[in-house]
Amino acid sequence: MHRTERSSATEELQVITPSKLAIENVSKNFQSRSGSVLALDRVSLNVAEGEFVCLVGASGCGKTTLLNIIAGLEKPDSGTVLADGKPVTGPGRDRLVMFQEPALFPWLDVFGNVLFPLKLKPNLTNKDRRDVATYYLELVGLSRFEHANIHELSGGMKQRVSLARALAPNPRVLLMDEPFAALDALTREQFYGDIQEIWKARRKTIVFVTHNVREAACLGDRVMLFSPHPGRIEHEFVIELPRPRDINTVDLAAYSSRITKALKVLGQSEATAK
Amino acid sequence: MKRLLLSILFFVVLLFLWESMFRAKIWSPVLLPAPTQVATYLKSAAVDGTLLHATVITMRRLLTGYFVGLVLGLPLGLLTARWNLFRDTLGTMALGLQTLPSVCWVPLALLWFGQTEAAMLFVVVMGTLWSVVIATETGVRHVPPIYRRAALTMGSRRLHIWLKVILPSALPFIVSGMKQGWAFAWRSLMAAEIFVTILTGFGLGQLLHYGRELSAMDQVIAIMLVIVVIGLLADKIFFSPIERFLHRRWGTSQA
Repeated sequence: MHRTERSSATEELQVITPSKLAIENVSKNFQSRSGSVLALDRVSLNVAEGEFVCLVGASGCGKTTLLNIIAGLEKPDSGTVLADGKPVTGPGRDRLVMFQEPALFPWLDVFGNVLFPLKLKPNLTNKDRRDVATYYLELVGLSRFEHANIHELSGGMKQRVSLARALAPNPRVLLMDEPFAALDALTREQFYGDIQEIWKARRKTIVFVTHNVREAACLGDRVMLFSPHPGRIEHEFVIELPRPRDINTVDLAAYSSRITKALKVLGQSEATAK
Repeated sequence: MKRLLLSILFFVVLLFLWESMFRAKIWSPVLLPAPTQVATYLKSAAVDGTLLHATVITMRRLLTGYFVGLVLGLPLGLLTARWNLFRDTLGTMALGLQTLPSVCWVPLALLWFGQTEAAMLFVVVMGTLWSVVIATETGVRHVPPIYRRAALTMGSRRLHIWLKVILPSALPFIVSGMKQGWAFAWRSLMAAEIFVTILTGFGLGQLLHYGRELSAMDQVIAIMLVIVVIGLLADKIFFSPIERFLHRRWGTSQA
């Protein structure tokens, strides 16, 4: 008789190797009332293990669509997404998404929300699951709010719970879709420090969608600039600044002004094309 | 506490007015008996057991029918929410039948089942079912799509999503549908019991009916009171705690 393999909470909390992503020639069309819109036009992008990549662009440039395709929530019309060499065919626990609006479940309390993805993970005892949830709530600094109801939390706290919930099943990739867009500036800046720390501690591959150039320059190893109609990656900026980065430094401002300039040029060329 | 005292005071004053007007002989005692007479009837009916017996029979009919209505209504509501085929057929039918007071089913029920418990059950089920179907469907259709997407990325699939995401998310709607279903079932059962005598058991409605036949208005009013009290208790004991929980969790305003 074999004993069934069971991982303990300590094993579950170990830092695992993050995935590398290969996005190859991905195209996606949307049918709208005014005709078909090419949201993504043969987009290719490689993301290294444990890399932090930001996708930046005007709204409607397809960056969220690309994120959803990586998540497996949408299918590309052509092209493939490979995670560690294996094609992505649907959503999965190893690529978790943190949405812009907190998609927390109001019928569960904070702890129940973080526990939700863990309950879907086999080979763990309930005690392990509780330990893991406790660990991540502490990591995002919300231990005291375990039993709070979701509606009692501020916007920033909700996103912290979302982050804990996304981290809890120990995914290899974290996909973040403008997670801080709805927060006030002060809360947001606090997040920049925290997310860098957590990223360092937990080693994840992160794909981060934003329209905030400064935010992208502060967080990303690389910033990919998207152009809309059709959605394409037009520029790539490698941010060579030491971490942890502070958003209010001159060096960072230099990067963000370069990116902003490129963004403006894209906007102008689109305007003349029309 | 203050509010409780206020409502007690209100009812005491009401009873006092009623009793004193009765004693002043403003109306014929046949038309409306005094509260003391009603109390006397209640006491005697409670002592000889007729009241308890009738209550048990009525509640058994009500709870059985309500339970059957729920058990049928929930899955039917999920079906109508999930597939447009069911929505256009079953959903439309549910909408239509919900507007029909279920006491209208009594003639058919008597024809089909005779003067039996089954006829009573049928009327109660018809009262419950459609409200539950419609509320479940509405609730499921109001689940924000992002919940489903979030659950998908966390590894939740088909049945798990339905049980752990869609159903709980629709709960506030389902509970209000259950409450409406309960109200409809209760009203239709009373109407059916007053209309029809079922030999296998005399419920509260039948007691009320016989009170009318005997022109015993103290009995009629006493039974009416019992019916009101049962309705209040169901609300306070069963629905209120659930609703309070929902309000607290969802953060919707507490009425």
